[in-house]
Amino acid sequence: MLTLLFDGIAYGMLLFVLAVGLAVTLGLMNFINLAHGAFAMAGGYITVLLMNRLGVPFLVCLPLAFLGAALIGAVLEPLLYRRMYARPHLDQVLFSIGLVFMAVTAVDYFVGGTPQNVQLPAWLRGRFDIDWVGIGKYRLFIIVVCGALTLALQAVLTHTRFGAQLRASVDDPRVAGGLGLNVNRIFLLTFAVGSGLAGLGGALGADVLGLDPTFPLKFMIYFLIVCAVGGTTTITGPLLAALLLGIADVAGKYYVPKLGAFIVYALMLVILMVRPQGLFARAGGGK
Amino acid sequence: MSAAAGLKWAARWRWWEGALLLALLASWLLLPSHALLLNEIAILALFALSLDLILGYAGIVSLGHAAFFGFGAYAAALVAKLVMPDPWVGMLVAITLAAVLGAVCSLLILRGSDLTRLMVTLGVALILYELANKLDWLTGGADGLQGVVMGPLLTPLGAFDFDLAGRTAYAYTLVVLVLCLYVARRLVHSPFGYSLQALRDNRLRAASIGLSVNARLIAVYTIAAAIAGAAGALQAQTSGFASLDVFDFHRSAGVMLVLVIGGTGYLYGGIFGAIVFTLLKEAVSAWTPQYWNFWLGLFLVVLVLVGRERLIRPWAWFKP
Repeated sequence: MLTLLFDGIAYGMLLFVLAVGLAVTLGLMNFINLAHGAFAMAGGYITVLLMNRLGVPFLVCLPLAFLGAALIGAVLEPLLYRRMYARPHLDQVLFSIGLVFMAVTAVDYFVGGTPQNVQLPAWLRGRFDIDWVGIGKYRLFIIVVCGALTLALQAVLTHTRFGAQLRASVDDPRVAGGLGLNVNRIFLLTFAVGSGLAGLGGALGADVLGLDPTFPLKFMIYFLIVCAVGGTTTITGPLLAALLLGIADVAGKYYVPKLGAFIVYALMLVILMVRPQGLFARAGGGK
Repeated sequence: MSAAAGLKWAARWRWWEGALLLALLASWLLLPSHALLLNEIAILALFALSLDLILGYAGIVSLGHAAFFGFGAYAAALVAKLVMPDPWVGMLVAITLAAVLGAVCSLLILRGSDLTRLMVTLGVALILYELANKLDWLTGGADGLQGVVMGPLLTPLGAFDFDLAGRTAYAYTLVVLVLCLYVARRLVHSPFGYSLQALRDNRLRAASIGLSVNARLIAVYTIAAAIAGAAGALQAQTSGFASLDVFDFHRSAGVMLVLVIGGTGYLYGGIFGAIVFTLLKEAVSAWTPQYWNFWLGLFLVVLVLVGRERLIRPWAWFKP
């Protein structure tokens, strides 16, 4: 029971790190980016390829996955994404689905369609058994890393100059620009960091979630659930939603395996029916 | 010109509509060897037509329209397998059930933002996918529903068996397509249709001139679901098979692409889009079967970057 809860929390934290970049593009720039999973996949494949082909240690791969995905994000944002911010949502959806299809096929072409495995280092395998709670070492590692990232993100957003600039640009890009902020640069940096976090999440999750070319499609719905249910106006909303989703998914699959992902989707529909703006949205705020 | 005359003028039959219908008839007469492919195109066109009603006229962005297509497909296949093999009965049952499902789901799309609607429509399709997968005693699960045998098609001209070349199937699909097209055409040129466009352009304003926005959204969503169910039923009946991929995300995304290629909001976009899309797919697949999705994705990205309107209507380039 507690083991399930623990696994659920680890899963939820992972989902949060994967989805937080999406929450930023969605909430801050009002852009529906269905291709977010592609960045996570990029991070996962960077890790797998570096480890299996070049023998780079796992801990070195994680920052590289972050940098790689962030770099892709930083290249794509001014090239493609920036033109899409002001477009209708239908255009954004079509555009990002197109990107997903291209990413899926490109990976299939270059790496092959078989699922990839990550060889975890020995000190991350196995589990501690404390009384009747089994704590997987790798899951503990995930929770620690993701928890630290969450705290860091929250601190950056609320306590630094950049965080203040970002919040200002989001609230009103025109006024922020008028006050001399370089809004484009701020968005570019934010998008790159969001993509990088997704890449890091993909690298961390390659072992837990599995990694194959259809990754962006398979987990797209999960990322979207986190953002839609959590609301996109805060960091804590998506975090709580991700934890809820992680626990519900793990517990649901354990207790009623016959229903599979059914529970998660049904839960999402019910929540969205009662609170269409998300569970934790600011009252009366936003679109 | 009075308002009534203006509406009548807008609803008049245009020459190219007649030409299109003639071309459909001619395709049945002149291309008997391609009936299977044409049948596929016609089903896709009908499916896209139903999406056009909610996307092009009511402005609802749906990522899960395959829910109704798949529901109709399974309903028709199950009727043929368990109750009676007559295609018309299966068609009616499928349309009715899909309409009921649409009416229920329409309650979910009334509130929230575009993102919420996107999630809800996607969620409904995923739930149905899971259901069809898990209820394997009824649907055959991942293997698909096999052993569907269709009875002969009863018409005033006599009974026709579904043949392997697909000529009967194509004729049947064409009849359903033209009937649905006629219904949809009457619908969008009615006051109801104009009120849909009003609420698509500005919900708040439409509500404040006294239109009941929610009732209209429920109505159009139900009708669109019924037509999508008809398309699904055609698919299941003419192939004698229903499998999980009728609920697939690719299908929802694909039909949206078809509609966007043909252009939204004038009913015939689905037909033109389906023709272009299927021919394109055939051509690219013959050249690189495995990586068709890449070119599809590239096409989508370019389409949006250039601008949907400008790619479909090249003459708009030269307007100021």
